[in-house]
Amino acid sequence: MTSRPPLSFQDIILALHAYWSRQGCVILQPYDLEVGAGTLHPMTVLRALGPKPWRTAYVQPSRRPADARYGENPNRYQHYYQYQVMLKPNPPDMQDLYLGSLEAIGIDLALHDVRFVEDDWENPTVGAWGLGWEVWCDGMEISQYTYFQQVGGLDVDPVAGELTYGLERLAMYVQGVEDFKDIAFNDPQSADRKTYADVFLEQEREFSAFDFEAANVEMLKRHFEDVEREVPRLLAARGRQGQPLVLPAYDYVLKASHLFNLMDARGAIAVAERQSYIGRIRDLCKACAEAWLAVEGENAALPALGA
Amino acid sequence: MPELLLELFSEEIPARMQSGAARDLDRMTRERLDAAGLGYEAVRAYAGPRRLTVVVEGLPLAQPDRREERKGPRVGSPDAAVNGFLRSTGLERSQLVERDGVYFATTEAKGRQTAAVVAEMVPDIVRGFPWPKSMKWGDGSLRWVRPLQRILCVFNARVVPFDLDGIASGDAAEGHRFMGSKRPFAVRDFASYAAGLADNFVVLEADQRKARIQAGAARLAAAKGLALVEDPGLLEEVAGLAEWPVPLMGDMDESFLDLPGEVITTSMRTHQKYFAVRNPLGEGLAPHFITVANIEAPDGGALIAAGNARVLAARLNDARFFWDEDRKVPLANRLERLKGVTFHAKLGTMYERVERIQALARELAPVVGADAELAAEAARLCKADLATGMVGEFPELQGVMGGYYAAEEGLEASVVDAIRDHYKPQGPSDEAPTTPVTVAVALADKLDMLGSFFAIGEKPTGSRDPFALRRAALGVIRIVLANGLRLPLRARFAPKVAADLVEFFADRLKVALREQGKRHDLVDAVFALGDDDLLRVVTRVDALDILLSTEDGANLLTGYRRASNILRAEERKGPLPSGEARRKADAPPEETALVNALASIAPRVEADLGNEDFTAAMRALAGLRAPVDAFFDHVLVNDPDAATRDNRLRLLVQVRDLMGRVADFSQIAG
Repeated sequence: MTSRPPLSFQDIILALHAYWSRQGCVILQPYDLEVGAGTLHPMTVLRALGPKPWRTAYVQPSRRPADARYGENPNRYQHYYQYQVMLKPNPPDMQDLYLGSLEAIGIDLALHDVRFVEDDWENPTVGAWGLGWEVWCDGMEISQYTYFQQVGGLDVDPVAGELTYGLERLAMYVQGVEDFKDIAFNDPQSADRKTYADVFLEQEREFSAFDFEAANVEMLKRHFEDVEREVPRLLAARGRQGQPLVLPAYDYVLKASHLFNLMDARGAIAVAERQSYIGRIRDLCKACAEAWLAVEGENAALPALGA
Repeated sequence: MPELLLELFSEEIPARMQSGAARDLDRMTRERLDAAGLGYEAVRAYAGPRRLTVVVEGLPLAQPDRREERKGPRVGSPDAAVNGFLRSTGLERSQLVERDGVYFATTEAKGRQTAAVVAEMVPDIVRGFPWPKSMKWGDGSLRWVRPLQRILCVFNARVVPFDLDGIASGDAAEGHRFMGSKRPFAVRDFASYAAGLADNFVVLEADQRKARIQAGAARLAAAKGLALVEDPGLLEEVAGLAEWPVPLMGDMDESFLDLPGEVITTSMRTHQKYFAVRNPLGEGLAPHFITVANIEAPDGGALIAAGNARVLAARLNDARFFWDEDRKVPLANRLERLKGVTFHAKLGTMYERVERIQALARELAPVVGADAELAAEAARLCKADLATGMVGEFPELQGVMGGYYAAEEGLEASVVDAIRDHYKPQGPSDEAPTTPVTVAVALADKLDMLGSFFAIGEKPTGSRDPFALRRAALGVIRIVLANGLRLPLRARFAPKVAADLVEFFADRLKVALREQGKRHDLVDAVFALGDDDLLRVVTRVDALDILLSTEDGANLLTGYRRASNILRAEERKGPLPSGEARRKADAPPEETALVNALASIAPRVEADLGNEDFTAAMRALAGLRAPVDAFFDHVLVNDPDAATRDNRLRLLVQVRDLMGRVADFSQIAG
C-alpha cells in the first residue's frame, strides 16, 4: 500500500511538469485564448505538422460551454484543466514513459489496474484524427493517448504521440473524492488549504449562467463573421521574412471555434446550420495547417511533405 | 519435423479486432506456404491484447527440388535457334538430349531453404495485413494496428533473420506488462514460448482466457450465493483486454437497485465492461458487479475493486439523475423535441416519421386485431424516449426506457408494451411480438423504414445495409408468420417502390426459409407465382414439401418434366394448340382416363386453392400421378395424325397448367 498522502491538485501538476521536463519536453504555460481542448494549443496542433522534432508539456484550461452545470454536477464543469503532452516523433517506449508519469503522481502500478482500451480520437473542427486508447485506471478513464495521423486534413509525418490527462478526474481518483468541488487544490494539511470549490465554484456559477442564459447571441454571431474573414486576410498578408501570418490567423480560428461553442450552448444554432459552421471552422483550420506546413517544410528543406 | 513460430508483438490491439486478426494470420500463413510449395502438418494462430502468434508444425527444411523437361528446336535447326534455347535453359549443347529428332533440355531447380522463404513471407504478411484500421508511428513507414514493437521468428530452433522497417527479427518474447519479469526471454520453439509466457503471466489462448474469466466469475458469484448474468459478447471483449484476466467482485450501493435493471446492466456493460450478478432465483439484480482486472494485486485486488465501485457509483448517479429528470416530463410533451431531430436528410425529422408510423399503425390495427386508437396512441409515443436524457446517454435503451416512462405515467398496459417492444424482433434470438397493439406498431415502424428508404433509392447492396433494412424486412416476416397475419405486401407501399419491395421481401423470406432448412428450390417454385402474401407463400412451400416427399409427388414431378420437355420442343415449331382436350371414341383408354382425371381433379384443385387449403390441393394433384404415368407408358404423343397429336398436346398443356396453379414445378431441382 502507498503510505504517502495523496498529492494535491497543484502538486500533481508540479509532479507532471518535473517528470516531463526530464523527458526533454519544453514546459509551456497555457495558451492565452479560450480553447475547448489542450490539443488546440498551436504548440500541439500546428507543431504536429512538419518534419521538426518537438516535445512539449503544459496545462491548458479548457472551456466547454455546453458542459456547464452551475457547479452542481459532481463530474461536469464548463472550465477545467487538461494536462497535455506531445512527443514528436513518438519514441518507441512512449507507453512506458506514460506509465512512468502515473507512478510519478503516486499511482502504484502493482496495486492498480491500468489498461489501454481502444478509443480512436477525432476532432472534425480541426480535421484531425488518430488511433490510440483511453487509459483506464481501475475502470476510470484518466487519459487519452493518441498517435496523430492527420491534422487539418494533412498527414502527420513523423507521427506525433499525444497524451491528455483530465486533471480533475485524475485528482479525484488519486485523492479518493467523489465531487470536483472537494478536490484539495493545495496541501490539505496546511492552514491555507483551499478546495477546488474555493477556487472555482463561483466561476462555474457565473459562467454557467453566461453560457446558457446571458451570452449575447447577436453579438457572437457578428463576431464570428468578423473573425472568419480575418483568417484568409492574415494568411494572404506577409511578415518580414515573407511568410504568411499563420499564427495570428490561427488565433482567429480559435476565436471562431469558441464563439461557435458559445452559440451552440445557447441553443442558437439550428441542427441544419451545425454542420455548416463546423465545416467553416474546419476550412479555416485547414488553410492554416497548409500555410504552416509550407513554411515548416521550406525551413527544413524537406521534400515531398503532404504529397 | 521442423516447426515455425512467429510472434508479432505490439502495443494494445483493440479487443474487437483480435479474433479476426488470428483468422487472417492463419489464412495468410497457409496461403503463402501453399504458394511456396511448402507442406505442413498444422497451423495454429492466436491473438491477445499485445500479440499475434502463429505456429506451423511439420514443415520441411527446404522446398522440394523441381525437375523440368523442356522441348527445344528440331535437331539440325540453325545455330541461332539452338543457342537461344541454350541461353534460356542455362545449359550447354552437350547437356541436351535428342529424341525423335528434337532437342530436349532437363533443368533442375533446387528448392529454396524454408528459412529463406519465411524471411520473405513474414514481411509480406505484415505489409499486407488487412486490419480494419491501421496507423503509422514514429518516423517509420510501416503500418500496423498500433505500433509494432518486436518480431519473434524462429524456424527449427533458429532465428529467421530479416529486417522490417528497422525492426530486426529475433528470438525474444516478453511477458505481462506489469506482472512479467520485465526482461525478454529467449525462445527456441512453441513449447518454450508457451512455457515462458505461462511463467510470465500471459494466457496465450483466447478460449483459455475466456474459460478463466467464466470460471472465476462464477466462483465469485457462487461464494455469495449469487449467479452471474451471462453475457457472451462482453466475455469475448474482456478476454481481449487482459493477458492475465483476474475476475474481481465489487460492491454497488443497494439504493441503485431502484433503477430499472436494464439501466444498471447497460451502464455496467457499455461504460465499464462489468458483468452483473443476480439472485439465483428470481429476476432481480444483486448489489454487486464483477470486473476483470489484468493483474493479480498483492492486496487481493481490494483497491482495484474499490476503485471500480466508485466509478460505477458515479455512472449510476448520472443514470439516476436522468431517471429522475426524465420522469418529470410526460412522453407526449417530448414530441415537440423530435421536430429538431433529423431522421435522415432526405426523409425529414423524427417527428414526421412518427406521424407516418401513427397513420400506418391505425391502418394496420384492424388487420392485426388491435384497437385502432390504442395502436395510434402507442405509435405516437413510441419514439418519444429518443428525447430523454437516459436514451441520449444509452441509445441501446430506446424502447425499453419509453416503456418504463409510459408505465410510470400510468398509460394503458398494451400501450406500454407496444412502446417497449416495437423494435422487436431485433435479432435471431429475440422473439417476435404477439400482442396486437405491439404488432401494429412494430409493423408500422418497419414498413415505414422500408417504404421510406426505398423511395429515396437507399436499397441495401452487397454487404452495405447502413439502415438495417434487411433486418427490418426479416422482422416483418417473422411478425407476420408468428401471428398468422394476412398482409398482402404490395398494397402497403407506394406503387413506385412496391414491386422492388416485394422482390426484396421474397429474397429475405428465401433466406429465412433456407435457414430453417427449407429447400430453396421449393421456395423459388412458389415465389415464381408472384404471390405477395407471406403467410400463403410459406403454407404453400410446406404443402409442396409434403407432396414431393411422397412417392406420388416424386413421380408426378417426373411426369411434369416429360410433359414440359415435349411441350417445349413443340413450342419451338409453332404455337401449341389451344382449348381443352376432348374425349375421342377412338382414343386409347389411357388417353381417355387422363381426360377424365383432369376433368375431376381440376375443379377440386381450384376449390382447394380457393379455400387456401394447399395440402388438400396438393393431395388432389397427386391423383394425377397414375393417369399421367399410364399415359406416357402407353400413348405416343407425336402421332402422325395432326388432330390426334393436337388433342394429346392439349392434354399435356392442361396437366402443366393445372400443376402450375399450385407451384412452378420447373423451378424444382433433383
